[in-house]
Amino acid sequence: MKKGIITKVSGPLVEAVNMDEARIYDVVEVSANQLIGEVIEMRGDKASIQVYEETTGIGPGEEVVSTNMPLSVELGPGLIGQIYDGIQRPLGQLAELSGEFLAKGVTAPALPRHKTWEFMATAKVGDEVVTGDILGTVQETDIIQIKIMVPPGVSGKIEKIESGIYKVEDTIAVIAGQEISMMQRWPVRQPRPFEHKIDPNEPLITGQRIVDAFFPVTKGGTAAIPGPFGSGKTVIQHQLAKWADADVIIYIGCGERGNEMTDVLMEFPEIEDPKTGKSLMNKVVLIANTSNMPVAAREASVYTGVTIAEYYRDMGFSVALMADSTSRWAEAMREMSGRLEEMPGDEGYPAYLSSRVAEFYERAGLVECLGSDERQGSLSIIGAVSPPGGDLSEPVTQSTLRIVKVFWSLDYALSHARHFPAINWLSSYSLYQAKIDAFMDKHYRGFSKLREKAMGLLQDEDQLKEIVRLVGQDSLSDPDQLKLFTAKSLREDFLQQNAFDEVDTYCSMEKQYAMLGNILSFYDEALKALDKGVYLSEIEGMEVNNKISRMRYVEEDKLPEIREIQEELQNEFRRLIAKREA
Amino acid sequence: MLKEYKTIQEAAGPLILVTEVEGVKYEELIDIRLQNGEVRHGKVLEVGDGYALAQIFEGTTGINIKESSVRFTGKPQELGVTENMIGRIFDGMGRPIDHGPKLIAEEYRDVNGLPINPYARDYPAEFIQTGISVIDGLNTLVRGQKLPIFSGSGLPHNKLAAQIARQAKVPGSDERFAVVFAAMGITFEESEFFMQDFRESGALDRAVLFINLADDPSIERISTPRAALTCAEYLAFEKDMHVLVILTDMTNYADALREVSAARKEVPGRRGYPGYLYTDLSQIYERAGRLKGHKGSITQIPILTMPEDDITHPIPDLTGYITEGQIILSRELDNRGITPPINVLPSLSRLKDKGIGEEKTRKDHAATMNQIYAGVSRGRDASELATILGETALSDADKAFAKFSDEFDHRYVNQGYHTDRTIRETLDLGWDLLTILPRNELNRIRDSLVEEFMPSQDEAALALSHASSEASSTATELSKSDQALVELVKGDI
Repeated sequence: MKKGIITKVSGPLVEAVNMDEARIYDVVEVSANQLIGEVIEMRGDKASIQVYEETTGIGPGEEVVSTNMPLSVELGPGLIGQIYDGIQRPLGQLAELSGEFLAKGVTAPALPRHKTWEFMATAKVGDEVVTGDILGTVQETDIIQIKIMVPPGVSGKIEKIESGIYKVEDTIAVIAGQEISMMQRWPVRQPRPFEHKIDPNEPLITGQRIVDAFFPVTKGGTAAIPGPFGSGKTVIQHQLAKWADADVIIYIGCGERGNEMTDVLMEFPEIEDPKTGKSLMNKVVLIANTSNMPVAAREASVYTGVTIAEYYRDMGFSVALMADSTSRWAEAMREMSGRLEEMPGDEGYPAYLSSRVAEFYERAGLVECLGSDERQGSLSIIGAVSPPGGDLSEPVTQSTLRIVKVFWSLDYALSHARHFPAINWLSSYSLYQAKIDAFMDKHYRGFSKLREKAMGLLQDEDQLKEIVRLVGQDSLSDPDQLKLFTAKSLREDFLQQNAFDEVDTYCSMEKQYAMLGNILSFYDEALKALDKGVYLSEIEGMEVNNKISRMRYVEEDKLPEIREIQEELQNEFRRLIAKREA
Repeated sequence: MLKEYKTIQEAAGPLILVTEVEGVKYEELIDIRLQNGEVRHGKVLEVGDGYALAQIFEGTTGINIKESSVRFTGKPQELGVTENMIGRIFDGMGRPIDHGPKLIAEEYRDVNGLPINPYARDYPAEFIQTGISVIDGLNTLVRGQKLPIFSGSGLPHNKLAAQIARQAKVPGSDERFAVVFAAMGITFEESEFFMQDFRESGALDRAVLFINLADDPSIERISTPRAALTCAEYLAFEKDMHVLVILTDMTNYADALREVSAARKEVPGRRGYPGYLYTDLSQIYERAGRLKGHKGSITQIPILTMPEDDITHPIPDLTGYITEGQIILSRELDNRGITPPINVLPSLSRLKDKGIGEEKTRKDHAATMNQIYAGVSRGRDASELATILGETALSDADKAFAKFSDEFDHRYVNQGYHTDRTIRETLDLGWDLLTILPRNELNRIRDSLVEEFMPSQDEAALALSHASSEASSTATELSKSDQALVELVKGDI
C-alpha cells in the first residue's frame, strides 16, 4: 500500500497526496502519532481527511497510511455496560492507559480481547444456514442473552460448531469453509440489512405520563425534543433511558456536557430496571463524545451508536436510542463542511444536512430480521435538538421535524414556572396516536376517550385563560370555572412529574389509567353536582382533592389506593348533593 | 538552530501568510521580528504545501512584510506553571507584568489542554456557600461547576463576581484554595475594581491574575482564558487546590474569535460568529470539573454581557448550552435598586440537587427551594394581573402570593454586596417569607417539614424586619462592614 504525504493541515481537516489507492470513507492513520482519520473527499490523488483527534503539532510532509477499511464498529458480547467515545474507543480503558485526560493517538480495542464468554450452540453441524440465522447464545449480562448470528454475506452448511468458553475472536463455528467468531465488524455509515420493515403500532411505554398518555412513540418510531437550554431536554432523555420498556438502551451524549455523562455513569448502575429489577447498566451502552472532545469524532458518534443499536435489533430485541443532541452533530457537519470550503446552505449548514438527518432517523423502525425464524426487532430513535435561541425555524429543527413522527415541544414558560417535564401539551403532537389508541383501548378500556376528553379540557383552559386575563375569573360561569379547576388538576396532578422523586419518577400505564380516570370522573361528578345546586366553592374544598393531588406519590404496589379514590369521590359528591337537597 | 524566514507574503487584519516554509506544524507558536527589532508572537492556523497562515496576537500594525522575519518555534503555545504564580499578575499570554521576581516553571504545559475523559470525572456535589441567598438557597453552586453570570452593559456583574470571590467557602472545611482571574478586554477601571477588592479582602495573596485590557491586543484575548485555565488545572490537579476561575468578559473573547474568523474569510454562522463558536467555547468551559482520585477542583464563573440584553444572542445562547446553569441579572431589578439584581425565575443551577440536602445543607432545602420558586412565579403572575385589573380582582390567595414575591425581592434578594449570610440564615429567611403564604398553599413541602421548621407569625415578622435593616445598614456603612468582613472571611473558597 502506498503511503500518502500530508500537504495541508487546518484544524480537524488534513489533506494528503499520493492517496490514489484509498477509497472514500476509508479509515487512515495520520502521522507517526497514528491519529485516526477518515477520507471524506478525493480529487485526483489528493484526499481530504477528517481527523478524529486534535491535530496540533501535525504538519506537511508527514505520512498517512490507509487501513483500507471504512470506519467500522466491533459487534459482539462485551458492548453492554461500556462507555465509548464517538469512534468506539472504550473510555474506561483509555483512562487506564493515559490518565484523566484524553491523550492523542491512544487507543484500545472496543471489545475486550481476553475476556471469555460462554457460547451455547443452538444450531448443529449439518444445518443449512443463511445470513441472520442464529448459531447460539451468550449470556452477556444478567438480563441480556444475546444471539450469535450468521454474519452478513455468509451462508451454507455448518461444518463445525461447539458450545464452550471462548474469547470474542475465537472460532466458534465453521460455515461452508468460513471460520466464524462471536465478533462482527460493520461499517457505521451503512445501515445493517434486514428482511423488510413493518408498520409499527405498539407503544414504547416510558413511564412518563405526558408521553405515554398524550404523545406516545411506538417501538420502532422516531421522536424529537427541541427546546432551548434549561428547558429539560437532557432530563427527559435520561428519564426515557431509565424507564422506557426497551430491552436495550443506547445513549449517545453527542457534543454535550462532560458532567452529564458522569451523572449517567454514576447514576444508572444504581437504578433498577422496572421490568427485571436488575441494575440498569445491564442493558445500556453509552457513547460519550462531549463538546470538548474532537469535533470529527462527534460527527461519527451518532453513526457508531445507531450501528450498535441495529446489531441488537437484528437479534430481535426492542432497542431505544437516545441522541443528545443532534444539533451538535449537525454543527460538527457544518464545521467540516466549512473547512472543506463547500457552498453553504441555510445558516452555514451544508446543503446535505436534511438528507443526512433523514438517513439517520430512517435507520429506526420495526423490522423483520434476516434469518429464517422471522423474528422481529425494533429500533426507536429519540433525538434532542438544541435550536439556537429556542428558535424552531432554524435548519436542524426543521429538517428533523420533517422526518420524525413525534414532536415534544419544550417550553421556556413552563420551565420557568418549574412545570416539569416542560412539554407543551398544546403544540406537541404524535402521529402514532391513531395506531396506539387501538392498542391502548384493548389493554385499558376507554383510554383513548379519556385522553381526548382530557386534551379537550386543556385546550378549553387555554381559551378561558384568555378571557380571565381580560375580565377576571369571577366573570366566568360556574361550569367554566370548574373546567379551569379540573384543567389545573390535570396539569399539576397528572402532567407534572418529578424526575427526582423516588416514586413519581416512573408511572406505570395502570397507574396512569387510574389517575386519569379519577380526575375525569371528578369532573363529571362535579358537573352533575353543580347542576343539582352544589356550590363551586364546596367542590373546590372537597377532601378528595387532597387525595387526587397525592396520587402521584402512591407506590406502584399500592395501586388499589388510587382506585379507591374513585369510590370515595362518588360518596363525597353524594353527600354534598344530599346536603343541598335536604 | 531555528530558521528565520523573510518570506512574509501577506499581512491582513491579524493574519500573516508566510511562504517557502518547510517543516511547519499546525498550531505551533511563531516569533516575528519586526524591522525595528520588536518581537511579536503568533500561532499557526493553517499549514499547506510550502506556506503557513498565522495569527499575530499583538496585531499586524507596523509590520513591514519585506523587512520582518519569522521564526517557527516548533512547539505549541505553552505556559510555564508553578505554585509561585499565586499572588502574581500576568498579561493575556501568561507573561508576568507585575515586575515581581522571575518565576521558575516547574513544568511547561500546552495552553490548549487536553479534554477530560468523561469516565474519569467525579460528579460535582460539594456545596459552596457564597453567602448570597439567591445563589445558596435557590441556585446552589457546587465545587467543579461552571455557572456563568449573564449580564448586560451597565449592570453590576463585577460587584457580584467580586462578592462571590470574597465570600465563597465550603462550610466546615479548611482546604487550600485559590482564585484565578482572567480579564479579557475589560477596561482599566473594571480591572482596577477587582484588584482593589481582592487587595482589600486579602484575596490577592491567593489569586493569579491574567489581565488583557480593552487597549491590549484583541487577538491575545483568545489565549487569555486558555493560559488562565492551564494554570488553574495545574493548581487543582497537581497541587490539590480548590480553584475558583472568574472569566470576564466572554463577549469580548467571542468578538476576538470573530475577528480572526472574518480575517480568514470563513463562512460565518449566526451574527457573523464562526460556526465553531460552540466547540471553541466548550473547550474553555469544559475545563471546569473534578477528577476521580484528585482532591482539587475547578469551579468556573464566566461573566458575559448580553448584547442588548438579548439572551438569544449566540454568545449567551451557546454558553447556556454548555454551562451548568446561569445566573441572570435583570435591568428592571437594578432600576428598582435591588442589589444584587438577580432575576431568579430564569436563573438556574443544574447541579444544585446533588449539592443540597440533609448532610450538605439542611433537609428542608430542596422542598423550600421549590416552594419559593413556585411562590415567586405565581406571585409575579398575580402582580401582573393586579396591574391590569386592579388589586381587588385578586383572590385572597393571589394577594398573599403577590405580597410574597414583593417581600422576596426586598428581603431575600436585596441583601447588598457586603452581607454574607450563612446557609442557615438563608434557609430560615426562606421560612420567614413562607409564613406570608396560606398554609394550605404550601403543597411542595411535606407536612412534617412545615411543622419542624415553620416559625410562628410573630417570629417571622421580627426576623423579616431585621433582614431588611441589615441590608439597609450595609448600604450606608460600607466601609465599616468591609473591614469586619475582611476579618470574617480571611479564608476560603
